[in-house]
Amino acid sequence: MNKLRGKIHKYNKDNIDTDVIIPGPYLKIHDHKELGKHAMEGLDPDFSKKICEGDFLLTGKNFGCGSSREHAPIALHQVGIRAILSPSFARIFYRNAVDGGYLLPIEIDPALIEKISDNDEIEIDLNTNTIINITTREKFNIKPFPEIISKIVKAGGLLYFKG
Amino acid sequence: MGMTITEKILARASNRNSVTPDDVVIANIDKVMIHDVSGPGVIKVFSEWEKKGIILDHIWNPDRVWVSEDHFVPASDRISANNITLLTNWTTKYNIKKHFKYGLGQYGICHTLSHEEGLVLPGEIYVGGDSHTNTTGAMGSLAVGLGHTDIAYVLMNGKIWFKVPETILFKITGHKPEYIMAKDIILKIIGDIGTDGANYKAMQFAGDAVDKMSMEERLTLTNMSTEAGAKNGIIEPDEITFEYLKTRSDKEFLPVKGDFDAVYGDTFTYDIESLDPVIAKPFSPENICTVGDIEGRSIDKAYIGSCTGAKLEDLRMVAKILKGKHVKIRTEVLPAAQSIYLKAMKEGLISIFLEAGAVVGPPTCGACCGAHMGVLAKDEICISTTNRNFPGRMGDVESQTYLASPLVVAAAAINGKITDPRNELS
Ligand code: SF4
Repeated sequence: MNKLRGKIHKYNKDNIDTDVIIPGPYLKIHDHKELGKHAMEGLDPDFSKKICEGDFLLTGKNFGCGSSREHAPIALHQVGIRAILSPSFARIFYRNAVDGGYLLPIEIDPALIEKISDNDEIEIDLNTNTIINITTREKFNIKPFPEIISKIVKAGGLLYFKG
Repeated sequence: MGMTITEKILARASNRNSVTPDDVVIANIDKVMIHDVSGPGVIKVFSEWEKKGIILDHIWNPDRVWVSEDHFVPASDRISANNITLLTNWTTKYNIKKHFKYGLGQYGICHTLSHEEGLVLPGEIYVGGDSHTNTTGAMGSLAVGLGHTDIAYVLMNGKIWFKVPETILFKITGHKPEYIMAKDIILKIIGDIGTDGANYKAMQFAGDAVDKMSMEERLTLTNMSTEAGAKNGIIEPDEITFEYLKTRSDKEFLPVKGDFDAVYGDTFTYDIESLDPVIAKPFSPENICTVGDIEGRSIDKAYIGSCTGAKLEDLRMVAKILKGKHVKIRTEVLPAAQSIYLKAMKEGLISIFLEAGAVVGPPTCGACCGAHMGVLAKDEICISTTNRNFPGRMGDVESQTYLASPLVVAAAAINGKITDPRNELS
């Protein structure tokens, strides 16, 4: 869990909201597999077909703004996304992603968006708080998780977190 | 160092003398809400936990939990109908008495019930499985929206972690003109600070204009603090709060106010005397301009509904404009709760709407989240009293929504185009 490796899918857009990540009509669905099929439908109808298990998203700031629907990190997790790299996240999305143990919200310097391209291979190292762009052989720092988040991530979700 | 109301509530709930922004606390929770979308999500989390050997034969405190049916009522299809059955069996199993059922007396949008029914009291910490839980902060409570896992955790343990947010103070001053509503003020603020302007932060509203504002108007301010990314929106409780609660709750509570030397991360002042009616264009609540800037733009549908814009006063404002007139475009009015529907009927508002040619529907989230009960077609343009206008929010991804006050929406309804409400208020 301390090192993750995957391919980048880049959507360089700010404020990708939960209505785009998983549109309203699917809120009645609680079958995770079914939700996965509709992930990011509002932005890229072919999204779920492009993603492989272990891939990452790279996006503009304020990712996941809008509603509290846990369907959003669930749908992204279900298609295979394991981390999202963004300059900032909306707070409920961030919380849901971590507390549910679905994926890692990684805060990056906005300048990194230009330095990482679609399809680049990336390694995230939570021990050193760095990411390595394997494709370009560049190394960058990421913002460390606050202590509590780090503990919940290590525990594998809020359920297993003991104070 | 003094604390803000948000900090004081968090300190008290976590048994500390004081907290400062960025502290992480484990706070005891007073009230919990789930609805027909987050409820089945929570039930799913419970069943996943049970597979892992965690026995959940009871929850922490069923008397502090309530459940609403709002997003998919009347059931839009078999899946949502089954979700209601699932929810009903679950509330029965865990002995949750406050289940506001569609078609069985009082029911409505969760955030509306929380104030209409006096379910949350000043000084309390309230978490809900919906992002607009922030609404109820207008009652002087700390009201925060959470996801399914977090709510399931609270139902099991009665507490949860919070990072103490920094508070931004919005001082609203000046005499409010009759054509301006709280909706104009909050849209103006979101336009200025952006949809992430208060991310992770508390938005506190104060100032002489807020002091004079009714409870329902205050609730519009806190409701849309969510659209600026805020953790919570809050207003210190006062005589107006206590008066509002008198007829709604006989429970005791311990109100909290901020210290005189409380520290705010930022302070913004808005003088609303010269404010012009505001509208948010597609596709973001921050994409604002004055109504005058785009007057005359044609519209296909007017929607008066939701936790933001279908409270009794919102309906009164709509009736003021629709009285004796006829709507030119499809107009839908959905009171936010059954009790509000009834009061509107007794006041004669419902007949004003019907005589004007509008349709009046049952309380539901329905079209506000693009789920059912009148979603938008491709290229259709709607003007709405709701709070979000992201792509596809109210229907097809290629539909468009303008957000505005009930007055502005009603003025558009009778003209079929964006209209300054000053032209219609005689
Ligand atoms: S009315 Fe709209 S904003 Fe309010 S709770 Fe329902 S879906 Fe959410």
